[in-house]
Amino acid sequence: MSSETKQILTTDGIPLEVSLKKAEKKNKIKAFLLVAPLLFFLIITYVFPIGDMLFRSVDDKMVTQMLPKTFKAMENWDGQELPDEEVFAAFHEDFIKLVEDKREGKLSTQLNYTKNGFKSIIKKLRRKSKSFEEGNYKEQIMSVHKRWADVEYWRAIQRRAPEFTGQKYLKGMDMYVNEEGKIVSVEEDRRIHRVLWLRTLEIAFFVTVFCFLMAYPIAHLLATLPMKYSNLLMICVLLPFWTSLLVRTASWMILLQQQGIVNDFFVGIGLVADDNRPEMMYNKTGSYVAMTQILLPFMVLPLYSVMKTISPSLMRAGKSLGGTPFVAFWKVYFPLTIPGIGAGCLLVFILAIGYYITPALVGGASGTLISNQIAFHMKSTLDWSFASAMGLMLLSGVLVIYWLYNKIVGIDNIKLG
Amino acid sequence: MALPKYTEPHYRIWHYIYLTICGAVFFFLIAPLFVIFPLSFNAEEFLSFSDGMKRLDPDAFSLRWYKDMIYGTKNPWGLAAKNSFIIAIFATIGSVILGTVAALGLSSRHMPYKGLIMAVLISPMIVPLIISGVAIFFFMAKAGLAATHTGIVLAHIILGTPFVVITVTATLSGFDHSVTRAAASLGSDPVNTFMKITLPLILPGVISGGLFAFVTSFDEVVVVLFLAGLENTTIPIQMWTGLREQLSPTILAVATCLIILSTLILVTAELLRRRSERLRGINR
Repeated sequence: MSSETKQILTTDGIPLEVSLKKAEKKNKIKAFLLVAPLLFFLIITYVFPIGDMLFRSVDDKMVTQMLPKTFKAMENWDGQELPDEEVFAAFHEDFIKLVEDKREGKLSTQLNYTKNGFKSIIKKLRRKSKSFEEGNYKEQIMSVHKRWADVEYWRAIQRRAPEFTGQKYLKGMDMYVNEEGKIVSVEEDRRIHRVLWLRTLEIAFFVTVFCFLMAYPIAHLLATLPMKYSNLLMICVLLPFWTSLLVRTASWMILLQQQGIVNDFFVGIGLVADDNRPEMMYNKTGSYVAMTQILLPFMVLPLYSVMKTISPSLMRAGKSLGGTPFVAFWKVYFPLTIPGIGAGCLLVFILAIGYYITPALVGGASGTLISNQIAFHMKSTLDWSFASAMGLMLLSGVLVIYWLYNKIVGIDNIKLG
Repeated sequence: MALPKYTEPHYRIWHYIYLTICGAVFFFLIAPLFVIFPLSFNAEEFLSFSDGMKRLDPDAFSLRWYKDMIYGTKNPWGLAAKNSFIIAIFATIGSVILGTVAALGLSSRHMPYKGLIMAVLISPMIVPLIISGVAIFFFMAKAGLAATHTGIVLAHIILGTPFVVITVTATLSGFDHSVTRAAASLGSDPVNTFMKITLPLILPGVISGGLFAFVTSFDEVVVVLFLAGLENTTIPIQMWTGLREQLSPTILAVATCLIILSTLILVTAELLRRRSERLRGINR
């Protein structure tokens, strides 16, 4: 008997197995085609641009392209003493070209990132270079300003020769490559970014803790009350959740200002003197209070949805077996709520770590976070590659946390209330 | 939640402490929103309760900030509101269409690489907004769409679709696929089946996803701050500028309107959720 006769055939004579596989493949393609429009839209407008950020954060072609001849001439320079005439002549040639294209300003901004003090000497060089005579450019450039005769500045230029650099990432951690090529930290009083990273972690951590401490009792109350009362109380959680972030921030600005209601209340009950009202806004306190209230619903909702599924008879069983209510709570109820705690805490922590609007409005100088620094570099200094580098550092932190979230709760358990 | 009669006194005390704590937390959550209402009717230019307001003197209250919001010559609220609504409506339509279609594909058990694709689709919700803002800005600047309505609508579609994908996938998880097979066996083509059978059943999920997308777009400020030019100003941008420069009571009038809007959205979302649960046969 041949193997063909053994096979089950469909009505049109094709083996069933083949036919099924074909149908399966068709279904797969159908399902994929439905997802495809959104997937490709997001890949083009969102995933690639994030990749573009990665590229921008290490991209250092700008200076490389502005001073091509200089870097070519510098290849033979050991960096010990001042470069020789060849380098100066090449630099002069590149520079004249930049002045013609009106791009010397960009060069000065870029070089200034590497070493402070380039701005003024490039401006000066532009003015003086008009009256330069041919030949002996070394002497002529050095006579423009004494910094042009300083080997440090030439080394700084040389450091910008590579097309790619990781220095923006180092800068984000307050480190840099020194003259000997070693990675070192900047001076203690200039470590602004480390302070910001630590503060971001600190505020995100404590906001999460506060949210947890406040959300646990009310989620429990909402889950155990009869439906008609809990629905009413649920409004207190859902209304802030649906209200504009800026509206909620505005209300905190009104409440926390020095002549505001909270301060009036403190004065009223005699806690503080009228002429000694504490500053509760434009500092860390402001960030803490406002962020806790704004993120609280994100903690309550996952906790509530987990607690809702816990049968009250479990607590009764615990008590009937001789446990006090506290023991029953701690040994029976609390462990069952751990998935909700994990979900809520990580959700709040992820949201808090990337917070921008509220700290910018109520945080003042001591309450701003790393996001504010990213926005500052995007909008004010226009150092986009640095903003990209810091954004990606933040993103990698968030991805680690998110990975944990997925391990503990699973991606499918995201609840939107 | 009444305590049984046999409860011992110290547990009784604990219970009342617990209720007090809960009350305080609820107060902390909701009270800040209610400060805005009375202050938006302030007759004076201060952002605290005047003596007249404390005495409930009718002269201390006025509608001047609402008038200022609507008729004020220097106030760009009219343009901002128009832009906000246009952008939010188009962003919602885009998110709902793309998100619902994608959710249909994702819910199919034939979908390959489901986890990975799901992760990409909901990534705009997980990545901090500031990073999304930077990335989207780079894209729009390259595509020449910065400072255009189109650019902002596209950006808000990116941010809004994850909500639609999640709510619609959740609705579809309880969906009985035999009804679509029944329709197909009766000779209905897939599009007809979707419009007549699937869509009416998943509509609550689609609409609540759409509401999320609408609110996301309407309240969104981080990305818009990077993208918008003077022409594309929106309500959140105007509020942001106003809050940074000087807190004028006009902002409180706008905020009151926004709270009323969010209450309406909350009620709609809640009604839809209940309807959806009823349709899916989940009774709590």
